[in-house]
Amino acid sequence: MTYARPSFRNPDIPKNRIGRSRREYEGTISTLCAGCGHDSISGAIVQACFEMGIEPHHLAKLSGIGCSSKTPAYFVGKSHGFNSVHGRMPSVATGAVMANKNLIYIGVSGDGDTASIGMGQFVHAIRRNLNILYIVMNNGCYGLTKGQDSATADEGSINKSGVENQFQGIDLCGLGLELGATLVARSFSGDKTQLIPLIKAGLKHPGFALLDVISPCVTFNNNAGSTKSYDYMREHMEATSAIDLVPFKEEILHQQETGTTKYIPLHDDSIIKVNKLAADWNPLNKLSATNKLADSKSKGEILTGLIYVDDQSKDLHAILNTTNTPLNQLVQSQLTPSKEVLVKINAGYR
Amino acid sequence: MNPTDIKNPEYFHKVVDCQYACPAHTPVPEYIRLIAAGRYNEAYMINWVSNVFPGVLGRTCDRPCEPACRRGRVEDEPVAICRLKRVAADYKSDVKSLIPGPPQTKNGKKIALVGAGPASLTVARDLAPIGYELDLYDEQFAGGGFMRSQIPSFRLPEEVLNEEVGYIINMGITTHYNHYVSSLDELLKKDYDAVFVGSGAPKGKDLPDLEGRNDNVNNIHIGINWLANVAFGHINKIGKKVLVIGGGNTAMDCCRTSRRLGGEDVRVVVRSPFNEMKASPWEIEDAQHEDIPFYNCHSPLRFVTENGVLKGMEFEVVEAQYQNGKRSLVPTGQKVLMEADDIILAIGQENSFPWIERTIGIEFDKWDLPKVNEKTFQSTNPKVFFGGDAAFGPKNVITAVAHGHEAALSIDLYCSGKNVDERPAPHTNLYLQKMGIHEWAYDNQTSDDDRFKVPHADKSKTLKDRKLEVELGFDDQLAFKEAQRCLNCDVQTVFTESKCIECDACVDICPTTCITFTTNGEETELRSRLNAPAPLLSQDLYVSDILPTLRVMVKDENLCLHCGLCSERCPTNAWDMQKYLYNTAKACQL
Repeated sequence: MTYARPSFRNPDIPKNRIGRSRREYEGTISTLCAGCGHDSISGAIVQACFEMGIEPHHLAKLSGIGCSSKTPAYFVGKSHGFNSVHGRMPSVATGAVMANKNLIYIGVSGDGDTASIGMGQFVHAIRRNLNILYIVMNNGCYGLTKGQDSATADEGSINKSGVENQFQGIDLCGLGLELGATLVARSFSGDKTQLIPLIKAGLKHPGFALLDVISPCVTFNNNAGSTKSYDYMREHMEATSAIDLVPFKEEILHQQETGTTKYIPLHDDSIIKVNKLAADWNPLNKLSATNKLADSKSKGEILTGLIYVDDQSKDLHAILNTTNTPLNQLVQSQLTPSKEVLVKINAGYR
Repeated sequence: MNPTDIKNPEYFHKVVDCQYACPAHTPVPEYIRLIAAGRYNEAYMINWVSNVFPGVLGRTCDRPCEPACRRGRVEDEPVAICRLKRVAADYKSDVKSLIPGPPQTKNGKKIALVGAGPASLTVARDLAPIGYELDLYDEQFAGGGFMRSQIPSFRLPEEVLNEEVGYIINMGITTHYNHYVSSLDELLKKDYDAVFVGSGAPKGKDLPDLEGRNDNVNNIHIGINWLANVAFGHINKIGKKVLVIGGGNTAMDCCRTSRRLGGEDVRVVVRSPFNEMKASPWEIEDAQHEDIPFYNCHSPLRFVTENGVLKGMEFEVVEAQYQNGKRSLVPTGQKVLMEADDIILAIGQENSFPWIERTIGIEFDKWDLPKVNEKTFQSTNPKVFFGGDAAFGPKNVITAVAHGHEAALSIDLYCSGKNVDERPAPHTNLYLQKMGIHEWAYDNQTSDDDRFKVPHADKSKTLKDRKLEVELGFDDQLAFKEAQRCLNCDVQTVFTESKCIECDACVDICPTTCITFTTNGEETELRSRLNAPAPLLSQDLYVSDILPTLRVMVKDENLCLHCGLCSERCPTNAWDMQKYLYNTAKACQL
């Protein structure tokens, strides 16, 4: 007669490369509705961080308001977190990223938090190429206020009360491409084999990685006629590719690229291995990606997988040419210019 | 793999590891929950229906259930199932009104039972309430068999045994105590409809050819006979220096009894290495607690006597060597002499049927044991059934009880003119457990407690009184906490494919990563790509039919905590927790 997770775990699951068990990446038990897609995304984040061997205290989770924004409590409990005001997560994230470039940032938002109240913030975070994995848990409705259509609800989608949506939905991936996001991908909460590698690639990508995850709302938007239900997604999903994040040390670069396999090296120590499923698509070419996205949409399909990646991405810190030492670690003696330097600066204004 | 057929009564039965391992298939989690609820009478009766001697077994069972307990796979120690059973027996009130008596009208069939041990008493218990007339023969003055003669009172008080034997005898059984059956042929001529032989394995092994064996007869004892003589008051003291030869549970009883009859320097001397001794670990522990040292890898060479007086025994030290999984004890040449006033041989026991004529249709095999059908317990003479140690050699009480149930069923089928090979199916039922949001009919919280130890009486007292019980048993508080450690493996995770929307909620929440949705495959290959390794082949995979995404749900039953979270997080009730009750078919359904 209780709702608590037992403390026993499967003793046969090996620890990761930094000697941590999967349990150390879990959060508290979810209070979302049973079957919520968001919980699957949380599970995928746990698995991705565990497999990558990220130290939990090297991770910072930021969110706004909404069902989606509750989830940082449900994954990687021993990391940093900030639950901000509705739609204002990008500002807080910008501050955090500026202050400490050494942390790995995950921003979690929903379709309301991103595409409605937070749109003004969202676009500028992209424009600045903030080094963050920005996940939108996109269910096309306002689940926390009983399921009204959101700004990403597709035109013609029928909500739970039987009303058809009259307005055009915002395509976050299309928007991201237009605004210059340096990694754009879409996935589905019900497909972890696709989702986990995308999360890993997003965490590694140096710049703004937009991951739009269709995440059905079981309570308000999983009915027949909805375009964001489990069934609809499974029937209309089209994947660009099957990707994998491979640590560099595995030395697969010498492997020959084929017509369908592509290797995209990232700045640090790893590469994205892309097995292309879609023809006439080049993930490194924005025009090709934009065309592919529009093409799928015109056919009534939902394009998923990696859509676009800029392998020459320069993140905000690189653009601003900041010091290697995180700004929050610079002490007063390093920040205050010496008398001689001050004289020099002042002389420049004379 | 083919979809799992959960309608097969054995599938969910196997998930209840303790019940499956119990020879009598006692519904363990069911009675443990009742103990936690303080409903001791009901807990006792569930035991009594299945294993007939809850008070006896709660103290002395070999507990095959405990090594099987799932708890021992997720942490160090299994639930103390055996000692919880004793709690039910200790704290019950008067249960006589719950025990069936003989019916008003008999069915006209008459059965003879040879030996009054657990097997025969179980047959009597199953047949008396349905109208059989039963004649029970035993050479002792009371029923109980080896439970009375071999298990010392400091482990099993006489009152406990008398009470549970009494429940059966009072069902209108005609007892013929102090009556040694010397001819089965004669018995068969007495117009019985069937005869059940539950005469045990009464012959203790000796070392007849060892040098010096015949020089002294008074101070060299056969373990089981010596224990019986102590139990019946014929022997009440022993020398100060005692050697007990053998490493089984009888040896443990002999050495501990010796300590109570005046033995000061009591040693156990065994041929095998310590970790290969046959005795149960807890019995070895209890012996060690009573300051009894173990001398392992010592093989007896000769009895040392002087003018007919026992002086000791000489041993040769051996070394265990292993080749192709076979052990051989190789002599090292080193010889050791140990002084002794008495030597007790506890090196095994055997079946012995000098009283069964070889001309009455009962075939014997090459070891001179009767040929007995392993399922029906019928011998080659269709009228004669065997059970307990008499059937397949020395085992234990719970096995004898299990044999008794099956034999009683066979006897009933035989006497009704039916085919004994056509066994009735077990009685099974699945009960819904969901009562509301976060509310279940069972306590699904998993306790983090380690196994609790049963308190013991003070050694200074128990060693002075051979009848003083050493184990005090759990009190109700400890019993509750220990009962809470049970994982409720009988509350099954039942999966309905047609309801599943493949949202992964169960996969994400499962604490032990039991559940995987993946494409189907052949078992070995499928096991290799589950979310967590599934190395334990004895634990089944629960595989669903093909789902809309062309995948299947695969659940490795091995480490499931039965916490119910998969069902709790399932939006469509595709997972449901349902209590599975399994009762073997018996002659008398209670």
